[in-house]
Amino acid sequence: MNKKFVLGIYDDEDVLLTAIENIRAAGTKIYDVFSPYPVHGIDDVLGIKRSRLPIVAFFCGLFGTSFALWMQIWMLGFDWPMIIGGKPHIAIPSFIPVTFELTVLCAAFGMVITFFIVSKLRPSLRVNVFDKRSTDDKFVMAIEIKEGVTDLSALNNLLRTNGAIEVNEKEVVK
Amino acid sequence: MQHVSPIREPLVTGGKTYHDITEDVCRQVEAKPNARWAAALAVSLVGLAIFMYSVYRTLWFGIGEWGLNKTVGWAWDITNFVWWVGIGHAGTLISAILLLFRQKWRTSINRAAEAMTIFAVICAAMFPVLHMGRPWLAYWVLPLPNTFGSLWVNFNSPLLWDVFAISTYFSVSLVFWYIGLIPDFATIRDRATGPIARRAYSILSFGWTGSAKAWSRYETVSLILAGLATPLVLSVHTIVSMDFATSVIPGWHTTIFPPYFVAGAIFSGFAMVLTLMIITRKTFKLEHYITLEHVESMNKVIILTGSIVGVAYTTEFFIAWYSGVEYEQYAFINRAFGPYWWAYWSMMTCNVITPQLFWFRKIRRSLTATFIISIFVNIGMWFERFVIIVTSLHRDYLPSSWAMFSPTSIDIGVYVGTIGLFFTLFFLFAKFFPVVNMAEVKAILKSSSGVTHHPHKTMHGTDKDLNTNTHHSNE
Repeated sequence: MNKKFVLGIYDDEDVLLTAIENIRAAGTKIYDVFSPYPVHGIDDVLGIKRSRLPIVAFFCGLFGTSFALWMQIWMLGFDWPMIIGGKPHIAIPSFIPVTFELTVLCAAFGMVITFFIVSKLRPSLRVNVFDKRSTDDKFVMAIEIKEGVTDLSALNNLLRTNGAIEVNEKEVVK
Repeated sequence: MQHVSPIREPLVTGGKTYHDITEDVCRQVEAKPNARWAAALAVSLVGLAIFMYSVYRTLWFGIGEWGLNKTVGWAWDITNFVWWVGIGHAGTLISAILLLFRQKWRTSINRAAEAMTIFAVICAAMFPVLHMGRPWLAYWVLPLPNTFGSLWVNFNSPLLWDVFAISTYFSVSLVFWYIGLIPDFATIRDRATGPIARRAYSILSFGWTGSAKAWSRYETVSLILAGLATPLVLSVHTIVSMDFATSVIPGWHTTIFPPYFVAGAIFSGFAMVLTLMIITRKTFKLEHYITLEHVESMNKVIILTGSIVGVAYTTEFFIAWYSGVEYEQYAFINRAFGPYWWAYWSMMTCNVITPQLFWFRKIRRSLTATFIISIFVNIGMWFERFVIIVTSLHRDYLPSSWAMFSPTSIDIGVYVGTIGLFFTLFFLFAKFFPVVNMAEVKAILKSSSGVTHHPHKTMHGTDKDLNTNTHHSNE
């Protein structure tokens, strides 16, 4: 199904933040905002919840720690015990470096892979960019048009009075 | 909105707008390769050819092609390994530790510094792999089930810790670097005119659109990765130092090694960052992004870490005397006044004396002086590793086995070759990848560009020349 959007183009982050607040206060639902860099404070005005990725990182790290400890204890302590330098078979202090490294490795990779999956980022030739200037120097606010519901001229007016330098329409082919 | 003290120097000069940043950074990616770049790449390729030849000799004829002997079983290989790993550490320091400390000046240099990390670790990894003599069996260092028992790897060995540390460090750095590159690849993709460039950067940019939610997650991921990379970088050089410190060789068996090695790593890494940045800013005309302020900040890190290694050298000497162990005492006297005295004093001069010149603001802010001193530090830090490794080994407990080490042409070839490999990778990176992190520089532009903004004027969407107002350029 094709979706239609109204795009409000902004060229200043502070104007954008005020505009988002005003537009949301006016009862208009913002579909998404695209910016060339992370705009600080945009999460609050858009109502984006804090990401839960740190929790993913924590549990992946925990898995790394347990796996590394289990692996070393099982391999050197049970599967093929050998006396190395007169140390005990299960010499926990000398297992710490590998445990630490595997913790970091699992935490980092687990989090990043989750980030790619949830943000739908993957190598692909198809890219849906609403306005190509949003990766350069403009901030693009997209508002979905609902046929028969959205009053286009009022929306245009709302965007312009809130500092949009341009208002465009865009149809996205799904 | 953030408050920036008026006495702070702007980090981006020249009254740049967001679009200017895109243009300035994308210019060399989009332009046809110029003659200077091609010439530089050609020189690096000669280095790479030397590397290939030396590796061929090492693999075909064996480790006997190197100058190692029974007494000095580790020499240039491990020296070069530690030198390259150390160089890599500055990239992680800039991208991770300075991110945690909210140091905004890192934004325009972190991309190239992280690239340097990755290429330096690739160069470093060559040495232990080649020193195995049979690199096709390199997978034996991994705890894989095998037909010898299963006889597992020795988890008590620092050399095995190194395997885990270096490979984790490499892969986490690579991921961190790539995450930062994705938004910039999207910028290049959206500007690309040719079909090949558009496709290539579409794939590289992972379909990035810059939506608010994605940016929010991106920032979280960067912060957590920085939090993970910070202890990681410290652990890597700590473990590298344990390759020596856990042995019983006089001159190696010291508890001071981990912090001393980490400081030395950051010291040499910043020197290499400066060497590269001074060339890059000139070649790609990035003077407005990599300013004297950046150079000065890095020089301050160099004085700090240079002084730390100075203190470490003195402490080592003092402790050798204070320990009352005659072997320790001999090892240090032999370092400074034995047959390798020239290496020791080169190290002392390059690492302890030259960086102290940076106490003078004039020298700290002089590009020529910084470039020369950064080369001195690179050389000095190579000698540091050589001194620690070779002078400790060449005269051990038994005078009958004392020996000298001298490198063969293949030793030199592998070392010079890795420099060629490093610069080949770096020049390819500089041509096809954005050398400055555009998104992050844009994010600090409003607060750190020295441009006076009047946001209240633009509230009605009329004031178009927002970013072309008055600015103070300091060059």
